[in-house]
Amino acid sequence: MQMNVPMLSILTFLPLGTFVLLLLTPQGSSKLHRNLSLCVSLFVFLISCVILKDFIPTSIPQFAERFPLIDKWGISYSVSVDGISIFLVMLVTFLTPIVVLCSYKYITKNTREYYGLILLLEFGMIGTLVAADAMLFYVFWEIMLVPMFFIIGMWGGERRVYATIKFVLFTLVGSLLLLIGLIYTAWKASKGGHISFAISDMHNVVLSTKEQLWLFGAFSLAFAIKVPMFPLHTWLPDAHTEAPTGGSVILAGVLLKMGVYGFLRFVFPILPTASHLFAPVMIILSIIGIIYGALVAFVQTDIKKLVAYSSVSHLGYVMLGLFVFSLQGFQGGMYQMINHGLSTGALFLIVGMLYERRHTRLMSEFGGLAKTVPLLAIVFMVSMLSSVGLPGLNGFIGEFLILLATFAASPLYAAFAASGVILGAVYLFHLYQKVMFGPITKQENEKLPDLSFREAIIMIPILLLMVIMGLFPNPILKRTEPSMQKIIQQVNLSTMQTRDFSAALQQDQGSINHDR
Amino acid sequence: MDRQSIEQLLWVIPFAPLIGALAIGLLCALSPKRGSFPSRTVVGFLACLGPLASFMVAGGVFLALGKSPETTPVHQTLFSWIQCGAFSINFAFEADRLTAVMLMFVTFVGTIIHFYSIGYMGHDKGYARFFSYLNLFLSAMLILVLGSNLVLMFLGWEGVGLCSYLLIAFWFDDEAKAIAGKKAFIVNRIGDFGFVLGIFLIYTTLLKNGPSSLEFSFLATHAYLLAPVATIASLLLFTGAMGKSAQIPLYVWLPDAMAGPTPVSALIHAATMVTAGVFMVARMHFLFDLSPLSGQLVAGVGIATALVAALIGFGQNDIKKVLAYSTVSQLGYMFVAVGAGAYSAGIFHVFTHAFFKACLFLGAGSVIHALHEEQDIRKMGGLLKKLPITGTTFLIAWLAICGIPPFAGFFSKDEILWSVFNTWGAYGKILWVLGLFGAGCTAFYMSRLVFITFFGKNRSSTAFEKIHESPPIMTIPLIILALGSVLVGFFGIPEALGGSNVFASWLTPVFGEHTSATHSNFIEYVVMALSVSVAFIGITIAYIKYVRKPFIASEPRGIAAFAEAAFHVDALYRIVLINPLFSFTRNILFRVVDVAIIDGAVNGIAKLSSVSGGLVRRLQTGTVRTYLYYFGAGAALLMLIVYIGKW
Amino acid sequence: MESSAYIGLAITIFFIGVFGMLVRKSAFLFLMSIELMLNSANLAWVTFAKVHGNLDGHVYAFFIMALAAAEACVGLAIIVLFYRKRRSVILDNAKEMSK
Repeated sequence: MQMNVPMLSILTFLPLGTFVLLLLTPQGSSKLHRNLSLCVSLFVFLISCVILKDFIPTSIPQFAERFPLIDKWGISYSVSVDGISIFLVMLVTFLTPIVVLCSYKYITKNTREYYGLILLLEFGMIGTLVAADAMLFYVFWEIMLVPMFFIIGMWGGERRVYATIKFVLFTLVGSLLLLIGLIYTAWKASKGGHISFAISDMHNVVLSTKEQLWLFGAFSLAFAIKVPMFPLHTWLPDAHTEAPTGGSVILAGVLLKMGVYGFLRFVFPILPTASHLFAPVMIILSIIGIIYGALVAFVQTDIKKLVAYSSVSHLGYVMLGLFVFSLQGFQGGMYQMINHGLSTGALFLIVGMLYERRHTRLMSEFGGLAKTVPLLAIVFMVSMLSSVGLPGLNGFIGEFLILLATFAASPLYAAFAASGVILGAVYLFHLYQKVMFGPITKQENEKLPDLSFREAIIMIPILLLMVIMGLFPNPILKRTEPSMQKIIQQVNLSTMQTRDFSAALQQDQGSINHDR
Repeated sequence: MDRQSIEQLLWVIPFAPLIGALAIGLLCALSPKRGSFPSRTVVGFLACLGPLASFMVAGGVFLALGKSPETTPVHQTLFSWIQCGAFSINFAFEADRLTAVMLMFVTFVGTIIHFYSIGYMGHDKGYARFFSYLNLFLSAMLILVLGSNLVLMFLGWEGVGLCSYLLIAFWFDDEAKAIAGKKAFIVNRIGDFGFVLGIFLIYTTLLKNGPSSLEFSFLATHAYLLAPVATIASLLLFTGAMGKSAQIPLYVWLPDAMAGPTPVSALIHAATMVTAGVFMVARMHFLFDLSPLSGQLVAGVGIATALVAALIGFGQNDIKKVLAYSTVSQLGYMFVAVGAGAYSAGIFHVFTHAFFKACLFLGAGSVIHALHEEQDIRKMGGLLKKLPITGTTFLIAWLAICGIPPFAGFFSKDEILWSVFNTWGAYGKILWVLGLFGAGCTAFYMSRLVFITFFGKNRSSTAFEKIHESPPIMTIPLIILALGSVLVGFFGIPEALGGSNVFASWLTPVFGEHTSATHSNFIEYVVMALSVSVAFIGITIAYIKYVRKPFIASEPRGIAAFAEAAFHVDALYRIVLINPLFSFTRNILFRVVDVAIIDGAVNGIAKLSSVSGGLVRRLQTGTVRTYLYYFGAGAALLMLIVYIGKW
Repeated sequence: MESSAYIGLAITIFFIGVFGMLVRKSAFLFLMSIELMLNSANLAWVTFAKVHGNLDGHVYAFFIMALAAAEACVGLAIIVLFYRKRRSVILDNAKEMSK
């Protein structure tokens, strides 16, 4: 079905190669650095488009490549994409050129290292997503951390050292437990005395409830920190606020999703019983996250921090969708991840544009900007509407499916979660009114330049995607559905006899199976 | 036009204005020097094109539905919108006779107001932006009306909310207007919260009994399955309607919404968008029919809103605020009707109200225009002489809203009161009495407005001689709407008066036969006479108070001040709900939970390790010999352990 | 063969080396103490090789000699540089890293 070209390896290692190449170029020729990295990231995006074009909507991993690395320990270099990872890979390759482009003006010192690190980060992110071997996954997972550490630490704001250390410490705590959990699972997945780190082997492991609970603790701590779920979220506002625009975009757009991806790839298929047992806790934490993130976002005075807290709220929706264990919830969660990458990414880009113009992020310093920068105001408006989930834009599809699935499981949960819809409008419209509307109170705001050509090039693809994904979600939903269906089977199969989950839900699944 | 070809053209109705909006928006955004090109003529022309096209196709739909013997709706599926497992939503339009009525007057009034706006907004800097938004609004409103399922209706529902926000905050450099826009959107979102939960409840309930869908046609035939949850589901949907149609307790946004340009107030906040809630209840009538309790609640909320808004209307001095509260009040009447199951009466009032209220608002706009943005009626007076066309049309619309026969408002309001009188026994009678009282109040405060504004002496700061009538592009729409205010009532002449109530029989295929004709004509005559006389009483009191005695602007006291401050409802919400929530968030959630507890714990761990590290650091003296001593001591200790371990 | 005498000698030499490291401040004497310890270890290796009757211990002894030679080279070079920098070979003065 596919060509013999190792597409995924090219996709993964091209950024790494460029990273090495960039290190060989002389420091100071920033034009070369940024143009080279832009071209390469665009090319990587093209490759991923080719992969998407040839992607077949089934749950079977595709574009698989495999050769053994350490046979004795069952570690191999094996990569593939399926419905869970394909659109996250697309998100990475789509956002990276944008990140490169948005840094043209902002990053002036050490451009070689900056763009190199961005590409290294892309390498880590793609690798994490395509890895079909747990050890490979873990290696890429840790690789992602390093460039982010430097990006925040070197090009960040005033409190960057505090933020970056907090970020790394939080993430490291989780990932060590993750490693232990992976090794244990791999050991349990031994076949004929041979330990195996292949994720597909791990999915077949049978674990006792007690083992599952321990492993759930180890895995979900690592992933929940990354998501981040309440109350493990406090690294996020600091990291976001201090990171340069490009860093924030990648952090919000992709890195947070890695936590969710971990749940989808490891926690649900390997630990179904524990997932069901912990579901009420996770759902309640998600709902607290939705409401709490929205409320706290409202009281922020720093625009960037406001957007950062909105991420906590949005990712709460995603986790809520996953933990009700129904097709609509999974699909909605998946969709919401992409939405969040686009809308929050766009909001961070806009905050960055405002910062480049005024060198402040305080809401009180702005006001009345719609008069001086009308195009930016339009772009801001559309991004904001996408974020609040206005029907017709992408955010609605995800939120609607998640809330519908939650309602099917428990109307009470859904009612609480849906209140986030109101609160989302409150903080974002408050932000918009303070920044864009009202009289111009500060003299500096009177002569701001409107969207430049480069900035327009950055924003237009995102806005177009928002509209297209809002009106035509099916091409995406269709491709993710088989994989989601498979996870649901894996997660619900073992618990059918032990836990009756929800009558409506079972009914729903019944009718879905009936369809096929 | 035959049915098939009109079915193929259904998409034109919402998309023509959308294309207009996009065209204007893109032209403006791409023009090199903003404001110079495209010229105002081009923009105005483009802006009116879309609504006109919609109106024409809507007329075709209307005719097709009128002609065809079959009463099945016209349906067009464009594409599958959301497909996720068993859950599937089509992007499809559907028009039955109810939709056709809505389409006709929305596109008609919409087109007229677009023309009017060319004159009214002629000198505004945001001319193109205004028309872009207005076209977008019309498109969203038509999607709301035409959507063949609840989710698509919700798309239009939120879309009109967005456009309302954009247009209220149109003059955004005035902070108060920007805040009013935000308030409108957020209050509407509170209603939407109920709306989506209602959609979920309906969907999941149907799911328990087999395949489920949110198409209206499916819901109508499977409504019996919803019986167990009918009350909750219908009340959740009604919450949405309360937000959009400004009912207690969510009405607070509508008076503030008058911050927008006057044509916006006329189109969105009087004629079309705010009636969407009534339309939705009528659309879902099969659900509301299942629950008498929710019908009673809807009617109760409606009558309470009608009265409270009318009372507040007594004390308002801003010409647009008076009209805004009267809109809230009239919307209350519409909900009384649909609550009582008299859906066609409710829709009939929506229909007539669209004409006379749009006429009133546009007339008010004409007045404001003539007086250079003066909105305080205490600074007007005697304008009838200077603004003859505006004044005359305003008077006609005034008579219509007061319910004086044979103007449009009389027939629709009378039909509502009559149907309430006939439903629910004692409860219905109480509602009828209250409704009658409200009608008197309406007549009073509307007459007060008219008398203060158009009669008496001029009190404006503009010299009386300099006041001029508006240009024809504004007065012609006024005349058309005034004619409408006179004529459209005749669609609904009750049988008691020898008519055949064309309107109700047109809608019979949608709502079914409304059987209430058990009373003799005599009682109907009495009820009718009572409501007319109440209206006359209201007008007379206002006449005595404001025309016989010359009007003197004075500081309001007591109840009047209370009414002027709109019963302090906004302040109440602020003190009871909004401020506590946000101070709790700021002081407890953010400062304590986030910063003190969670961050404190993390930073505490970091501190602990750095303090302990500081202690251990003392061991590192830097002299090699010290380390050797440690090494020796350690080795000795190990040996000791091994030695002891031997035993 | 009576090996305890050899081992006793090796232990004695080793502790002389340890004692030297502990009490002397000069870098030269420090280095010499290390040589003593290495040689005591060599003696022990050879002894045990003799006891077990194979050549492993001898091989190790040669390794250690080579290592000792290399160590002396590098160590002396460091001492020379150290002396050039601060005109003294007292090791206790070198504790910048702990500050």
